[in-house]
Amino acid sequence: MAEDAGPRLGRRLPDVFQGDIWHSFTRAPIVVLSAAFLVVAFLAAAFAPWVAPYDPFDLASLDIMNSVMAPGEKGLAGETFWLGTDDQGRDVLSTIIYGARISLVVGIASVLFSLVMGVGLGLVSGYVGGRLDAFIMRVADIQLSFPAILIALLIDGVARSLMPRDMHDELAFYVLIFAIGISGWVQYARTVRGSTMVERDKEYVQAARVIGMGSGRIIWRHVLPNVTGPVLVIATIHLAIAVITEATLSFLGVGIPPTTPSLGTLIRIGNDYLFSGEWWITMFPGVALVLLVLAINLLGDWLRDALNPKLR
Amino acid sequence: MRLKSIAAVALASAAIGAHMPAQAETFRWAFQGDVQTMDPHGLFETMTLGFQRNIYEGLVIRNETMETVGALAESWENISPKVWRFKIREGVTFHNGNPLTAEDVAFSVERIRSEGSDLKVVAGLIEKTEVIDDYTIDFHTPNPDPILVNQLEIFYIMDREWAEANGALEATNVKGGDEGNFANLNANGTGPFRLVERQSGVKTLLERNPDYWGRAPTNVTTAVFTPIGQDATRVAALISGDVDMVYPVPVQDWERLEGADGVAPLAGPEARTIFLGFDQDRAELLYSNIKGKNPFKDMRVRQAFMHAINVDAIKAKVMRGASQPTGLMVAPAVNGFNPQLNEARPAYDVDKAKALMAEAGYADGFEVTMDCPNDRYVNDEKICQAAASMLARIGVKVDLLAQTKSKYFGKVLAQNNYDTSFFLLGWTPSTFDSHNPLSALMSCRQGGMGAFNLGGYCNERVTELTRMIQGETDQAKRQAMIDEAFEIHLQEVGHIPLHQQPLSWGVSDNVTVVQRPDNVLDLRYVMVGN
Repeated sequence: MAEDAGPRLGRRLPDVFQGDIWHSFTRAPIVVLSAAFLVVAFLAAAFAPWVAPYDPFDLASLDIMNSVMAPGEKGLAGETFWLGTDDQGRDVLSTIIYGARISLVVGIASVLFSLVMGVGLGLVSGYVGGRLDAFIMRVADIQLSFPAILIALLIDGVARSLMPRDMHDELAFYVLIFAIGISGWVQYARTVRGSTMVERDKEYVQAARVIGMGSGRIIWRHVLPNVTGPVLVIATIHLAIAVITEATLSFLGVGIPPTTPSLGTLIRIGNDYLFSGEWWITMFPGVALVLLVLAINLLGDWLRDALNPKLR
Repeated sequence: MRLKSIAAVALASAAIGAHMPAQAETFRWAFQGDVQTMDPHGLFETMTLGFQRNIYEGLVIRNETMETVGALAESWENISPKVWRFKIREGVTFHNGNPLTAEDVAFSVERIRSEGSDLKVVAGLIEKTEVIDDYTIDFHTPNPDPILVNQLEIFYIMDREWAEANGALEATNVKGGDEGNFANLNANGTGPFRLVERQSGVKTLLERNPDYWGRAPTNVTTAVFTPIGQDATRVAALISGDVDMVYPVPVQDWERLEGADGVAPLAGPEARTIFLGFDQDRAELLYSNIKGKNPFKDMRVRQAFMHAINVDAIKAKVMRGASQPTGLMVAPAVNGFNPQLNEARPAYDVDKAKALMAEAGYADGFEVTMDCPNDRYVNDEKICQAAASMLARIGVKVDLLAQTKSKYFGKVLAQNNYDTSFFLLGWTPSTFDSHNPLSALMSCRQGGMGAFNLGGYCNERVTELTRMIQGETDQAKRQAMIDEAFEIHLQEVGHIPLHQQPLSWGVSDNVTVVQRPDNVLDLRYVMVGN
């Protein structure tokens, strides 16, 4: 359409798959490896009930006599636990697959939460300007002066004290998404606001205004598509941060309950046995978390470089 | 006589009787949870009372060989079947300098009757007090009570004047909301140590009382207590020398302590029995999907639970072989323990358990919330998790609510109206006599009895036997009554006894301590240095 024809500083999503970026992707073996690992991890997580050897959340299938078995040991029924079992007799490999699923769902959901909130506020702030802009940005400044983990802890703590005790476990999942999500919106808002202010004064936007388009429509149709590139980069790197934050909170015991453990909860459970020689309970979930976050970060870094013409 | 076999003494007797310290010695120790309160009448918990005994004292005390000897009472006699006369020790002063008199004892008895008190089980033993003169007091008991004195060790005496001046006339309520009670945060006893600093959940600092009236061989001048919740962190703190003694050491870390330099594990059998209990009192469970009736009122359901729990697996895996599975609510160290009855524990049998559940009309099981502490007993939360997965096999879905002991006790105890449906608890008879658990845990809740009968198990015959046991002096007859009461309780599955946990301490080579079978660390017998 004619109104899409404005000049662009940022890049649009479809551009990512244009020749030169795809080319740079295939020429970076580490990035390809990371992407491949992530694809496998996401698929395993998505299809956990079919991929995992056992269902670690089904208490009736656990046998305490199978607990703390070393990697490769055979259980009572002759089954082999390739990564060993934890203190409740859960297969560590299965708990990692299920745990990664929870970690990733929490991570992605909180990134989406941050993204929608941050981009929305950034667009409004940048386009409208004035007092509203000042207000939103001061709130952002205040929030930036606290570490994200502290904000997440605070929200989690408040939510827990407000909720009835027996609902903690059921709602822990949503509280966590909210807590991590709200602690991360500032980055999006600031970036989008900057880009929006640049776009706002461009001729094509003024032209749109002259022909009588509403502000909402202009923001949606013209400004938003031109600020998505940086947002995509932030979102990728933020996903790694969100997964780490979830793991940290769960490690501290305020995140996902141990009955349906995420990676962080698994590391916490295993931590009690780290010095006792039963290293596999905490080590394998730890390695899984490191690989997951590393792969996301590598991909995010590459994406940032690829989308920034100055660095290419 | 019964005390001879239970003295687990790790301290060389030569060290006893050493003189007052010549130089400043600091002793630092850590437990998995904090001392609940500084109030000696706030929580009937061995750990909290065991800590407070360094500051506060009762009329009598157990010494390093677990013999009951006079403390604030010099002597006592049964002047008539229902009256005990205590001669209060003269010349004893509280830490604030006030002299101890019979008035303080009478006041303390009143205080354990107050609403927030967790020592009502002791209060029930005393009908009234009568102050004869400054140093003589009579305790009138509701029934002839030849074993009264043994039950007074954990009843500590508080200064009336101090309590009045600070508005601490009532005991701190464990239910919560009473944290501002002056006696909760401050202490003023007669013991060998006085409280210098109290940071709830962080650290508690004690200092030697130079004017202590009694015998305390220790050379410790400053003692620092820190709660360390994480098992691995606690052990690491001991090995790195940050603390001189930790307990409990997770059973899986014993080997590591043996291998490490400068520290050693100190283990022994503990007189504590860990058990599960059910709400058998309410018409409908507070936390279950079964409405309109209470499945635990049906004995078959309780029996099914008993058959479904594999105590040997808990011993092998959760406790690493270090626990003693039990059929009784008392340990071998406790007077009245009967080895034959202990063996009579119903066997682990899932099929039988399922059949019993089906018979009771719960073939598909039901849901119930389980209350569990996570920093009170050895591997407490892990035991609850194991029990939950075992019960899942008979269709019972256990929702585990494992929390720190202050929250746990604040929820399940009498002060909060026994707010639980299914729970794990541990009990050490403070008197080392079977009468204590029979009265506190297994009797109907009435007249001071059954105060810790959280599930409201009630059998009139057991209660009657308990009353008779209290007054019976003929050992053979008494044992027969104890056996009968235990047998009824076991047959009706009033509780599910699991095991006796091990005493599991980690001690630096630089200190010597006396390990009591009730898991209490008495600073009176701690020696630092060689």
